[in-house]
Amino acid sequence: MSASDHPRRKIDWAGALSTFGIFLIVIYCLAPFYWMVVSSLRPDIEIFENTWWPRHVSFENYQAVFSTKNNFGQGLINSLIVSVVVTVVALAIATFASYALARLDFRGKGVLLLVVLATSMFPLVAIIVPLLKNFSAWNWINTYQAMIIPDLSFSLPLAVWNLTSFFRQMPQELEQSAMVDGCTPGQAFRKVILPIAAPGIFTTAIIIFIGAWNEFLVAVTMINNPAMQPATVLLSKFTGASQFNTPFGSQMAAGVVMTLPLVIMVLLFQRRIVAGLAAGGLKQ
Amino acid sequence: MSTNIYVPDVNRRSKASRAQSRLAWLLITPTIIVLTIVIIVPVFQSLQQSLYGKPGLDPETGFVSDVEPFVGLDNYTSIFTDAGSRFWTAAWNTTLFGVVTVVLETILGVAMALIMHRAMRGRGFVRAAILVPWAIPTAVSAILWGWIFNQNGVANAILGQHIMWASGNASAKLAIIIADVWKTAPYIGLLTLAGLQVIPDEVYEAAKIDGANAWKRFTKITLPLVKPALVVAVLFRALDALRMFDLPYILIGPRKNSVETISMLVQDEASNLRYGSAAAYALILFLYVFIFAFAFTRITHADLGATAPRSGGGRRRKLPATVFLPQGRPAAVGATSDNTIARTSERSKS
Repeated sequence: MSASDHPRRKIDWAGALSTFGIFLIVIYCLAPFYWMVVSSLRPDIEIFENTWWPRHVSFENYQAVFSTKNNFGQGLINSLIVSVVVTVVALAIATFASYALARLDFRGKGVLLLVVLATSMFPLVAIIVPLLKNFSAWNWINTYQAMIIPDLSFSLPLAVWNLTSFFRQMPQELEQSAMVDGCTPGQAFRKVILPIAAPGIFTTAIIIFIGAWNEFLVAVTMINNPAMQPATVLLSKFTGASQFNTPFGSQMAAGVVMTLPLVIMVLLFQRRIVAGLAAGGLKQ
Repeated sequence: MSTNIYVPDVNRRSKASRAQSRLAWLLITPTIIVLTIVIIVPVFQSLQQSLYGKPGLDPETGFVSDVEPFVGLDNYTSIFTDAGSRFWTAAWNTTLFGVVTVVLETILGVAMALIMHRAMRGRGFVRAAILVPWAIPTAVSAILWGWIFNQNGVANAILGQHIMWASGNASAKLAIIIADVWKTAPYIGLLTLAGLQVIPDEVYEAAKIDGANAWKRFTKITLPLVKPALVVAVLFRALDALRMFDLPYILIGPRKNSVETISMLVQDEASNLRYGSAAAYALILFLYVFIFAFAFTRITHADLGATAPRSGGGRRRKLPATVFLPQGRPAAVGATSDNTIARTSERSKS
C-alpha cells in the first residue's frame, strides 16, 4: 500500500491515526518503566507523591541499594556469573546440534526437533522437586551449579531452535566450495560457517542471557544464602530500614539498576533481537 | 561389466551418507545428554517421587524414620478429599490467568501489530520501545506493578480510589492480569508483525480491485494469512502463562489464595520438604500443559515447523508457521515479499 495509491485527504487521516496509535503503543510500553525511574529518583519522604517528575531529584535510593546491608552488588555479580555461564554453555552445545539439524541429513531429525521444541515448552516446576532433592543430597544447595544446570533446561532448547533456523538460512554451497578449496568438513565449519553464523549466534546469546538474567523460580528454590542469591531474588526480598515499611524507593532503584543494562542492549540490538524472536518464536 | 561400475558407486554414496549421519549424531549427542540430565531423568524421578509420602513416625516400630514411606497414589487421591481445596484453587487460578491474559494480550498484540504495520515513520523507535516490557525481568516488573498498585500508589491516584489491591481477591487477580498483559502483549504484537510483513501487498491490491472493504480484507486476508504466526505466538504464550510463578509470587506474595498458581503450590510444597505431594502436583501441571498444547495444536492445525520442510511443500494447504524460518516460506509468497523485519528497518533507516 504505497502512499500514492490513495487520494490526498485520506492519507492524512490514516497517517494521523497511525501516528496516534504509535504514540499510544509507546506510552503503553514505556509508562510503567518511566514511573519506576521517576520513583527511584524521589527522596524517601516524597516517595508517595504522584507528580510527573520528582520535586527534588535525589540519588539516596541508589546509595541505599548499594549499601552493604542489601548485598545487592554481590547479587548482580551472582546474576552475571550464572547468566554468562548459562549462555556460553548453551551456545557451545547448541551450535553443534543445530548445525547438524539444519545442514545434515540423518534419520530421526524430525523427531529430535520435536523433542527440542517440546522441552522448551516444559514447565520448569515439574523437574524442580528431583533437582532439589538431588542437589541437597550432593550438598549443591547455595552453589552456582545449582542454578546453572536447571537453567540449561530452558536455554538449551531455545538456543537449538533459534540457531537451527539461522543455519538454515545460509546457502548450502558454502561448505561445498570450502571443501573444494581443500578444507576438511571440520575446517569448513570452523572457518566458513561459524564466522557467517556469528550474527545469529550473537542474537541467540542476547536472548538466552536475558532469559537467564530473569530467572527466579530455580534461584528462589535452590539458594537460601543471601550471599549467593541472584539479583532477582534479592530484589524480591528487599526490606527497608525498619521491618514495617517497604522501601519502595530503593526497590525501584534496584529495579532500574537490574533493567538498565538490558534496556541498553535492547536499544542497541533491537533489530537483531526482533529477528531472533521472530526466528525462534519462543518465550518472552 | 556395467555392474562392476554400478556397485561401488552405490557403496560410496551410502558410505558418504552414513558418514554424514555419524557426524550428525556426534554433534547432537551433547545436547541429548544435557537434555536427558536436566529434563528426562528428573521427570521420571518426579514420577517415582510422587508415590512417596513425607517421612515421619513409622507406624510399625514407633520410631521417627527418615525414610519416605511408599504411599501409592495417595498424593493424587488427596486432591479429591479435603487436602485438595488448595489445589483446586491453584488450578482455577492457573486456568484463569492462562486464558484471560492470553486472550487479552492476543487482542492487544494484534492491534499493535496492525498499527505498527501501517506506520511508515518511527518504526525503529517503536520496536525498541516495544521490547522494553519484554526485556524487564519479571521479578522487576512484579516489584514495579506492586508499587503502582500500592494503596498509596499511582493506580489509585489515577482512579481516585483507595483500593487495597493486594488484599482483595478479585483486585489481586486483576493486578496480576494487568501486569502480565503489559509485559507480554508487545511480544505477541512483535511476532504478529513478523507474520504481517510476509503478506505481499499484491494480495490486498487484488482484493481491493475486487471490491473488498477494509473489514473484509482484514478477516479474509490478514487474519488467515497471519494465523500460522499468531497461533505459534499464542501457543508459546499460553504455555508460559500456565506455568506462571514469579509475577504472583512477588507482586502479591507466596501462599496467597487469591493468586496462587499450581507452580507456586509445587514450589511451596517442595520447599517445605513435602516432596511427594509437590511432585504429584507438578506432574498434574505437566499433564495439563501437555494436554493443552496437544489440543491447541490439533484444533488450530499449528505447524510448528519442526518437521523441517526441506523438499518444498506440494502437500501443504496453508501457510505454515515456518514463515518464521525463511526457507520454509512457500515459494509463491517468499518470492514476492522477502521483506523480513530486519530488511524493512534497513530501508526505513536509509
